[in-house]
Amino acid sequence: MDFSALRNLISRYCTGEENWVDSRTVYIGQREPPPGTEAYIPQRFPDNRIVSSKYTFWNFVPKNLFEQFRRVANFYFLIIFLVQLIIDTPTSPVTSGLPLFFVITVTAIKQGYEDWLRHKADNAVNQCPVHIIQHGKVVRKQSRKLRVGDIVLVKEDETFPSDLILLSTSRDDGTCFVTTASLDGESSHKTYYAVQDTKSFNTEKEVDMLRATIECEQPQPDLYKFVGRINIYQDRDEPIARPLGSENLLLRGATLKNTEFVYAVAIYTGMESKMALNYQSKSQKRSAVEKSMNAFLVVYLCILISKALINTTLKYVWQADPNRDEPWYNGKTDHERQRHVMIRAFTDFLAFMVLFNYIIPVSMYVTVEMQKFLGSYFITWDDEMFDEELGEGALVNTSDLNEELGQVEYVFTDKTGTLTENNMEFIECCVDGHVYVPHAICNGQILSGSSGIDMIDSSPGPDGKEREELFFRALCLCHTVQVKEEETVDGIKRGIHQGKATSFYISSSPDEVALVEGMKRLGFTYLRLKDNHMEILNREDEVERFELLEVLNFDSVRRRMSVIVRSSSGHLYLFCKGADSSIFPRVISGKVDRVRARVEHNAVEGLRTLCVAYKALSQEEYHNVCQLLDSAKLALQDRDRKLAEAYDLIERDLILLGATAVEDRLQEKAADTIESLHKAGMKVWVLTGDKMETAAATCYASKLFRRSTQILELTTKRTEEQSLHDVLFELGRTVLRQHGSLTHDAFSGLSGEFQDYGLIIDGATLSAVMKPAQDDSSGNYKEIFLEICRNCSAVLCCRMAPLQKAQIVKLIKASKEHPITLAVGDGANDVSMILEAHVGIGIMGKEGRQAARNSDYAIPKFKHLKKMLLVHGHYYYIRIAELVQYFFYKNVCFIFPQFLYQFFCGFSQQPLYDTAYLTLYNISFTSLPILLYSLIEQHVSMDILKRDPSLYRDIAKNCLLRWRIFIYWTFLGLFDSMVFFFGAYFLFDNTTFTSNGQIFGNWTFGTLVFTVLVFTVTLKLALDTHYWTWINHFVVWGSLLFYVVFSLLWGGVIWPFLNYQRMYYVFVQMLSSGPAWLGIGLLVIISLLPDVLKKVLCRALWPTSTERIQNVEKLYQSHLSEFTPLPLLNSSLPDFEAHNINPRRSGHRSKELMYTHWRGTTGYCTFSSTLGPPGIGRTHRLVGLETSV
Amino acid sequence: MKSQQAANRPDNTAFTQQRLPAWQPMLSAHFVIPGFLLIGMAFIGIGVALYITSQNIQVLEKDYTGTGQYTACSECADMQTIPCICNVTFSLTTLFTGPVFLYYGLSNYYQNYRKYQVSRDDVQLWGDVTKSPGDACAPYQYIDNKPIAPCGSIANSMFNDTFSLYQIINGTMKLVPLDGKGIAWWTDYNIKFRNPSAQGSLQDAFNGTMKPVNWSKPAYELNPSDMNDNGFLNQDFLVWMRTAALPDFQKLYRRITSGDYALGLPPGDYVLQIEYNYAVKDFGRKKVVFSNVTWMGGKNEFLGVAYIVVGSLCLVMSVVMLVVYAKYKFADENA
Repeated sequence: MDFSALRNLISRYCTGEENWVDSRTVYIGQREPPPGTEAYIPQRFPDNRIVSSKYTFWNFVPKNLFEQFRRVANFYFLIIFLVQLIIDTPTSPVTSGLPLFFVITVTAIKQGYEDWLRHKADNAVNQCPVHIIQHGKVVRKQSRKLRVGDIVLVKEDETFPSDLILLSTSRDDGTCFVTTASLDGESSHKTYYAVQDTKSFNTEKEVDMLRATIECEQPQPDLYKFVGRINIYQDRDEPIARPLGSENLLLRGATLKNTEFVYAVAIYTGMESKMALNYQSKSQKRSAVEKSMNAFLVVYLCILISKALINTTLKYVWQADPNRDEPWYNGKTDHERQRHVMIRAFTDFLAFMVLFNYIIPVSMYVTVEMQKFLGSYFITWDDEMFDEELGEGALVNTSDLNEELGQVEYVFTDKTGTLTENNMEFIECCVDGHVYVPHAICNGQILSGSSGIDMIDSSPGPDGKEREELFFRALCLCHTVQVKEEETVDGIKRGIHQGKATSFYISSSPDEVALVEGMKRLGFTYLRLKDNHMEILNREDEVERFELLEVLNFDSVRRRMSVIVRSSSGHLYLFCKGADSSIFPRVISGKVDRVRARVEHNAVEGLRTLCVAYKALSQEEYHNVCQLLDSAKLALQDRDRKLAEAYDLIERDLILLGATAVEDRLQEKAADTIESLHKAGMKVWVLTGDKMETAAATCYASKLFRRSTQILELTTKRTEEQSLHDVLFELGRTVLRQHGSLTHDAFSGLSGEFQDYGLIIDGATLSAVMKPAQDDSSGNYKEIFLEICRNCSAVLCCRMAPLQKAQIVKLIKASKEHPITLAVGDGANDVSMILEAHVGIGIMGKEGRQAARNSDYAIPKFKHLKKMLLVHGHYYYIRIAELVQYFFYKNVCFIFPQFLYQFFCGFSQQPLYDTAYLTLYNISFTSLPILLYSLIEQHVSMDILKRDPSLYRDIAKNCLLRWRIFIYWTFLGLFDSMVFFFGAYFLFDNTTFTSNGQIFGNWTFGTLVFTVLVFTVTLKLALDTHYWTWINHFVVWGSLLFYVVFSLLWGGVIWPFLNYQRMYYVFVQMLSSGPAWLGIGLLVIISLLPDVLKKVLCRALWPTSTERIQNVEKLYQSHLSEFTPLPLLNSSLPDFEAHNINPRRSGHRSKELMYTHWRGTTGYCTFSSTLGPPGIGRTHRLVGLETSV
Repeated sequence: MKSQQAANRPDNTAFTQQRLPAWQPMLSAHFVIPGFLLIGMAFIGIGVALYITSQNIQVLEKDYTGTGQYTACSECADMQTIPCICNVTFSLTTLFTGPVFLYYGLSNYYQNYRKYQVSRDDVQLWGDVTKSPGDACAPYQYIDNKPIAPCGSIANSMFNDTFSLYQIINGTMKLVPLDGKGIAWWTDYNIKFRNPSAQGSLQDAFNGTMKPVNWSKPAYELNPSDMNDNGFLNQDFLVWMRTAALPDFQKLYRRITSGDYALGLPPGDYVLQIEYNYAVKDFGRKKVVFSNVTWMGGKNEFLGVAYIVVGSLCLVMSVVMLVVYAKYKFADENA
C-alpha cells in the first residue's frame, strides 16, 4: 500500500485533520428558503440506490472475460490457444482450449453467482420501504427514491436508509440511541442528539413547517467525522445557525434503539453515504510463497523459450540436407515450399512453444486457488478456536495468505484487548493518598453500602471526608456512560437503586464502566441522565441532582475528558479525568506527590491509572467557558483544532483529587502463547498507547520479558539526559558486544547462558529515531536502531500513536532481511498496522469490529494465535510448498520426454503423447492426489506441533521453497523424464516385444512413456505423504485406476467424431505384452529410487528436528492407538500438556519475582515506597492476576 | 441466542478438526533396508531370467541397401532397372529354431515426422472412399481432382520390396513358404480398417479413386493371390500404416510357420530373393532380419541388463544404508 494513502487513512482516525474540502447545501424538505437570503441553487445529488454489484446482465460476459484475461496466466494460455487456432501446430487447440475454457467458466460462474447475490442484496435494500414526510403527511416510498433533503421518519429497530441529520426524537431531551453494530461491530448504544431548535417538533405537521438549510461538507468515508451547520429561518428573521457534528449524524446502516421514533433529514444518499464510501476493498497482499512461485514460473518460462529456440535452431541445422528437409516419402505441398524461410522458422518456433507449453500448467493456478480457498475452511472449522463466550470461531477474510501464517518472524501485538482482556475491573482509588479498596465479591454478592469500603489508612478527618465525597461524585459525573434499563414499559424504573441487576451501564470505554461500577461499590451510584440532570444516589440513599452543562469529550491526543456541572446548591464545578501525564501538569494544588507515588506504584503492577481533578467555577468563569466553546463549536473551518484550543484553555489550574486504578486482566493463556511464539523463533513486539510502566508490567506478566532479560531503555527520560545519538550508540555497543563474541545465532535468546535483551522505546523517541537525517551524524539512526532491535528478543513500544505502529511495522518490513511480519490487534487504532503487516490478525474484541474487519484473519482470543501459527500456518506452508514444487516437478517429467523425442523425430514437433493424454494429464490424472495432499497432509501431528513450538523454525525463511530445493526437484524431474524416455527407447530399440512378433508404433511408445510417467508421479507423491487417511487411499489409487480405465475406454472405441483413431487398442496391445509390464515396473522403480535413497540418507545423517520428532512420534502413538475414537483422543490431550509444559508457577510467586527483578537488575526504575502495606486489600487480586494457567 | 451459537459453531467431526484416523508411514531405515534387499534380489532374479531368455534368441540380419560396406544387392542400388531382382545368400550351421519371423528394417527413416504422421485419413481407411480425403493428406490428396485412395504420405510411401526365401538343397532351390497372415494387429484388420463396400467386386468399390502416385498397382490388387488381403485390409499395408516410433525401425514381413519349416530353418544354404523397389540409399539403409521370439518378444538385452544393474544397485544401497544407519544409531545412543 502506498504510504501516503495509509497516512491519510490513519490521520483520519487519530489526528482530526479537517477534510472540509467542499461543502454542500441541503434544503430541508426540498423547499427553498425564504426569499432574500441566498440564491437558491438546486444541487444534484445521486439517488439513494446502493450498487455493490459489479456486473449487469448485459455487460457480464465482456466485462468478466476482460477481468479474467487481465491475469497474466490466463492471458498466456489465451495466447497459446490462439496460436494453436491460427497456425498449424502439433497439438489440437482442444488441449489448451479445454482447460482454459474450464477455468474461465468455473471462475465466471463463481463470480456471476456472487454478483447475483449482490444484486439480490442491493434490490432488497433499495426496495425496502421508508417513510418520508411530504406535505405534512407520511408517505411510504422505496428506499431508492429517497432524495437528499427529504425528511424521514424512522421507528424503533429500523435501520437508517441514508445518512441523516437528527431533527427531533420521541424523547423529550432530543436524544436517541443507536447501535452501529453493522457498521463497526460495536453493539453498545450510542447517544445521538437532535438539533436544539428542532427537538420539540413532534408531529409530521410541525416538522413539515420547518424552513432550514444545512450546510455541510461533501461526503467523506470517516465514520466518526462530520461538520456542518444548520440555518433555521423563522419569521423572516436572520436565520439561526447551529453547529452540527457527528453527534447529530445518524449513519446509514445503524439501527435505532430504545427510541420510539425520530425525524431526520437525509444529507448523504446512496453511494455517497458513509457506509457505501467504506465499501472500498483493501489492497491485496501477496504471500512469500506466491512470490517464489512467480520466480519459479519465470525460470520455467525461460526454460520453455530456450527449449523452443534450441529445437528451432537444431531443426534448421538438421534440415540443411535436402534429403532430410524433404525426403521423397514426405513430400511438401507447393504452398509449404513457397513460404519464406523466416516465416517457417517463426511458425516452427511457435509450434515448439505450443508443444512444450504444458510445462506451465493452467491447472497449477486453479489448484493453488482451490487449495487456498478450501484449506482456509479448516481455520473456520477449528473447534479449538471457537470461543464459547462470543459464540464465534476464527474468520478468514483472505485465503491468499494461509501459508504466510507459517512464515512469521515478527509478531507485533497490541496490548489492551489483545494481550489483556479489556475487561476492566475497578481495583482501588486513592484520594489524597488515602487508598480505598472496594470489597471483593463475597460469595458472589457485592456488599453494599459503606461496609464495602475497606479503609487502609486511618479514617481521614472531616476535611478529608469532604474531599473523599467530592472525588466520588467527580467519578460519578465525569463520564459518558449510559444506563440501559431492561424494562421500562411499565414506567417503573427498576434500577440500580433497588439493588437489582436489571439495568446496566453501557459505554464505549470499558474503563468508564469499571469506574462507575467501582463507585457503586463504594456507595455512590450513578442513576441516570434525565433532562440534562445527572442523578446520583449517595451513601445516605439520597438522590443528588447535578445539571450537566458541558461535556468536553475524551480524545486520544488530550488523553482526558471533563464535564462542567451545576450542583443543586448552584455551585459550578469542572471535573476532569485523564491520564496522569495529562493531568499533573495542569494541577496547581492537591497532594500531588502522594498521588503520583501511588499512581506509579499501580502502574508498575500493570494497572491502568487515571487521575481525577476538579476546579470550582464562578458564574463569570463559566460564562467565558461557554463563549469559548460555542465559538469553537460553530466554526466550520478547523473546528477540531479550535475545540482543542478551547479545551486547553478551560482545563487548567485544576486541583488534584486523587487517582483510580483499574485492572485489565491478561487474557487467558496469553503468557503461554507468547512463550510459544518465542520458542518458535518469532520476535514479539508489543506496541501500545499505554504508559511505559503499565505496559512493562504487562510484558513481565505475559512472559515477554523474563527475569533474565536485560532491559534496554530508549525513552524520553533518557534522551533528556543524554543525546539520542549517545544513547543509541551506547545501547548498540552493549548489544553487539555480547552478540559479537558469540556465534551468530539469531535465536540465541532461549538458552540460559545467553544474555537476553529487551528493549523499551516510547513514541517520542521513536519519532526522533525515524526522523529523516538532518546531518550526517544522525543518518544511520535507523540502522543502529534496527541493529539493536534485531538482537533483542522482545521489544516494547509504548506511547505509540496508531500511525507509529504502522511505521514500526514498515520499518521492520523494509529492513534488509525482509522478514515476514504479523500484526495482531483488536481496536481501530490497530487497523493501520494490521493493514501494513504481511499478515494482519484481528481480535474480535470489545472495542468494536474494525480490526477484525480490516484483518486478513480474525480470531476470538489472543491465545488462538498459537494454534493459528504453529499448527495451521505450519501445515499450510508445508502443504503449499509441496504443492508448488510437485507441480513443477510433474510437468518437467511430463514435457521433457517430449523435448527429447524431438531429437528422434527430425525436430518436427511430433507430440509424444496423444491429445487426450496431453489435455487430461494435469486436469484429471494427476490433479486430485496433489490437491488432496495439499489439503490434509500432516507431516507431524497437531498435538506435537503445539507442544513443540521450535518445529516452526524448521520452515522459517521460506526454506522449503529455496532455490536449492527447487533445483533438486527440477533435476529429479529431469532425471525421471530421462529414465522414462530412454527406458522406453531402449525397450523399443529395433525389436518387438510381443510373442507374436507384431510391432508397436509410435503411439504405443508414447503411451508406455505416459503410463510410466503417471505411475511414477503419483507414487512419488504417495512416498511424500505422511498422513494416509482413507481419502488419500481412495484418491491416490483411484486416480491411477481412473487412468487405466480411461485409457482402456479411450482406446476401446472408434470415436465417431474424431478424424483420427490413432489410440485404438494401443493401450490394450501394450498391456498384452510381458516386457511392457516388466519395463513399466522397472522404470517406475528406477525413477523413484534416488528420491527414496536421498530421503532415507538425509533422515539418518542430517535429520531436521521435524524428522526427529517424527521418529519419536511413533513412540507416542504406541500409547494412543491409531484408531482411538475421537472423544478418547481429546480427553487424553490434557495429560500430554501437563507432562510437557512445566508446571506454572503460581501467579503470586511470579509476581514477586517480577518485582524483585524490576527493582534489582535494571536499576533504572526505582519507585518511592508505596503508601501503606500493599498486602491486605490486594491479596485476592494477586492470585487472580495470572489467569493463564 | 443458544441456538444461534450452535449454528455458528463449526461441526466437530474428525474431518473438520483434521483428526481423521490415518496411517502414518515413514521412510525409515527399518522399512527401507529390507525393502531394498527384497527388491534387489527380486530384480536380479528377473534380470537373470530375462537375460538368459534374450541370449537364446537367434537373430540374423542382412543389410541389402547395396551401398557402402554391405555389397548385397549393389547391382540394384542405382535403381536403373525396374523391377530389379537380387539375391542375398546365407548359410546356417545350426537349426534356426522356429517359428522364424522375417522383418524388414529401415534406418534413418522418419515415419514419426509430424507432417508425415498425420498424412492419412482414418475415415477413408474405415471404408469411406466417397468423401473427399482430409487436407492432411496433401500433397497426396487428389490426382486430376480424383481422390487418392488410400490418400496421404504414409500410404504413398508404402514399403514395396518383396522377399522370397529358398533353401538350396543339392543345388535346387526349395521355396520356403512365408506366411503373411496375422502380421498386423487383429484390431486393425478387423475393426479399424475397412474396405469400401459396393455391389460387385472390390474394384468397383474403389471406382472413382486414384491409386497413390508411387504405387505400381491400385489398392485392390495388392495381393493377387489372396482376395481377402487386398484394399485397405492388405496386411503389409496395415503394418506400414502403423507408424514407427523411432527413425530406426523394423516391421514384420512374414512368418515361417508351415511345411517343413514349422520347427525352424534347418542348417544349410539359403537364398533370399529380393525384388528391389524401395529407394532409401539417399538417407538411410534397409535390411532384412530373421529372428525368433520368446514370451518376451525379440532379442533385447536391455531389459535383462537393466534389471540386473538396478537389482545390484539396490543391494549395494541397502548395505550403504545399513552402514549409515548403524553409525547414526550408535551416535544416537551415545548422545
